[in-house]
Amino acid sequence: MFDFLEGYDLLGAFWVTVQLTFWSALGSLVWGTLLAAMRVGPVPLMRGFGTAYVTVVRNIPLTVIIVFTSLGLFQTLGISLGADRFTTINFRLAVLGLTAYTSAFVCEALRSGINTVPLGQVEAARAIGLSFPQILRIIVLPQAFRSVVGPLTNVLIALTKNTTVAAAIGVAEAALLMREMIENEAQLILISAIFAFGYICLTLPTGLLLGRLAKKVAVKR
Amino acid sequence: MPDPETPGPKAPDPGTPGPKVPGPKVYGRQASAPGDGDALVVLRGVDKHFGTLHVLRSIDLTIRRGEVVVVIGPSGSGKSTLCRAINRLETIDSGEIRIDGRPLPAEGRELARLRADVGMVFQSFNLFAHKTVLDNVTLGQIKVRKKDRKTAEERARSLLDRVGVAAQADKYPAQLSGGQQQRVAIARALAVDPKVMLFDEPTSALDPEMINEVLEVMRQLARDGMTMAVVTHEMGFARSAAHRVVFMADGRIVEETTPEEFFGNPRSARARDFLSKILHH
Ligand SMILES: Nc1ncnc2c1ncn2[C@@H]1O[C@H](COP(=O)(O)OP(=O)(O)OP(=O)(O)O)[C@@H](O)[C@H]1O
Ligand SMILES: [Mg+2]
Repeated sequence: MFDFLEGYDLLGAFWVTVQLTFWSALGSLVWGTLLAAMRVGPVPLMRGFGTAYVTVVRNIPLTVIIVFTSLGLFQTLGISLGADRFTTINFRLAVLGLTAYTSAFVCEALRSGINTVPLGQVEAARAIGLSFPQILRIIVLPQAFRSVVGPLTNVLIALTKNTTVAAAIGVAEAALLMREMIENEAQLILISAIFAFGYICLTLPTGLLLGRLAKKVAVKR
Repeated sequence: MPDPETPGPKAPDPGTPGPKVPGPKVYGRQASAPGDGDALVVLRGVDKHFGTLHVLRSIDLTIRRGEVVVVIGPSGSGKSTLCRAINRLETIDSGEIRIDGRPLPAEGRELARLRADVGMVFQSFNLFAHKTVLDNVTLGQIKVRKKDRKTAEERARSLLDRVGVAAQADKYPAQLSGGQQQRVAIARALAVDPKVMLFDEPTSALDPEMINEVLEVMRQLARDGMTMAVVTHEMGFARSAAHRVVFMADGRIVEETTPEEFFGNPRSARARDFLSKILHH
């Protein structure tokens, strides 16, 4: 029944999906945190930039962003992100696009977390002489992160599924392989089911694990 | 909400030129604190508005080194705003505030450094919820005063011991009673070696049986010579620990005198009225 799988590197494709997800998650966590810091910071220019970035990026379809990284950045501007093999270039461009896109959502999740930190925490930190960056880093962000593990999990799950868009620029992740198999094989429903199961295998444990983490790190007030 | 207009002459609008109308008479202005320490906190002509609400009206106040000043007054009279202005959690519209001779800087690192010299204890404790009691007390020492962790921990433990919560060092704030939390907050403020401590109604959020343990720590602090400004409704504390009582109403300092004078022989009608109300309870 599963003979048609012969000759397809299913695990390899999902491994690319995992790698795409991992690097994009890391990138968007860092960039999203910086964006959130800009948006709550005292410098008007940075606040403006953060707000504009989130507003614009959130409203562009991910496909457009991913295609732009390939057509705009690579083919037009010649930006290859330090790689010279095509597959590596496309992989990195996809990570860049996914990071640019996902960080807007990380920023917003984090900002809602920042809003749950009582003002008194900040005032007490100011009163002992901490500077703004110190207050953000030591007092506000740690508490904000703890309160948004749930929302960030949703962002991460969405990101895992969004990596399918990287197929648009030829990254050999699971969705690209699925498309290929659907073209060549007859068992359409079975193929879809196998890939659906594969994604669930990635996202379900993530959700469960992070759900437990959320309870564990929650700040008691 | 109290009526923002006070009886008596109107204070000059800040910024409008014209003849200077004298403010209301401040009774007992000459009364000096015991000891002739030098001025540590000096406010000159401080004005503050919240929108159209005039919350501080040309406040002049000097707190000398080692002096304990209790600020009392009806709700909404500007006591909290005054406290918060002294370490610039609140900006002021005009006037000047000096700490140990230096004007309060407007922004940045300079301001952060000066804030460390002014300890503050809040009504709602505001302990850092995600850090242990010990970390709450070492944080400022390490990040602001640049002490190494070991030195900071030793000092933190001795301060926690001094306020009587040494046994709670490894707990989180939410695991402590209100009285314990407030004593930790006092230790946290003391840990960065402030020159002056501000208390904004430190016992108002506490259950009655916990008020005394906090007041006792404050009394001890006063006996040790700490310079303190205390906003409180605890008249017993004002009588026993204060060198001077500042009575505020409608954004002004209406009376400023010794506790004996203030409680025994209040001069202004506002103070008499206020005292008759609170001492009845
Ligand atoms: N952030 C703010 N924005 C607008 N109005 C404010 C703000 N903070 C305080 N006020 C107003 O300023 C006035 C003085 O407030 P303040 O908190 O200094 O009074 P208080 O003497 O401490 O009163 P209480 O005894 O109730 O604590 C009040 O009328 C209050 O409503
Ligand atoms: Mg108040």
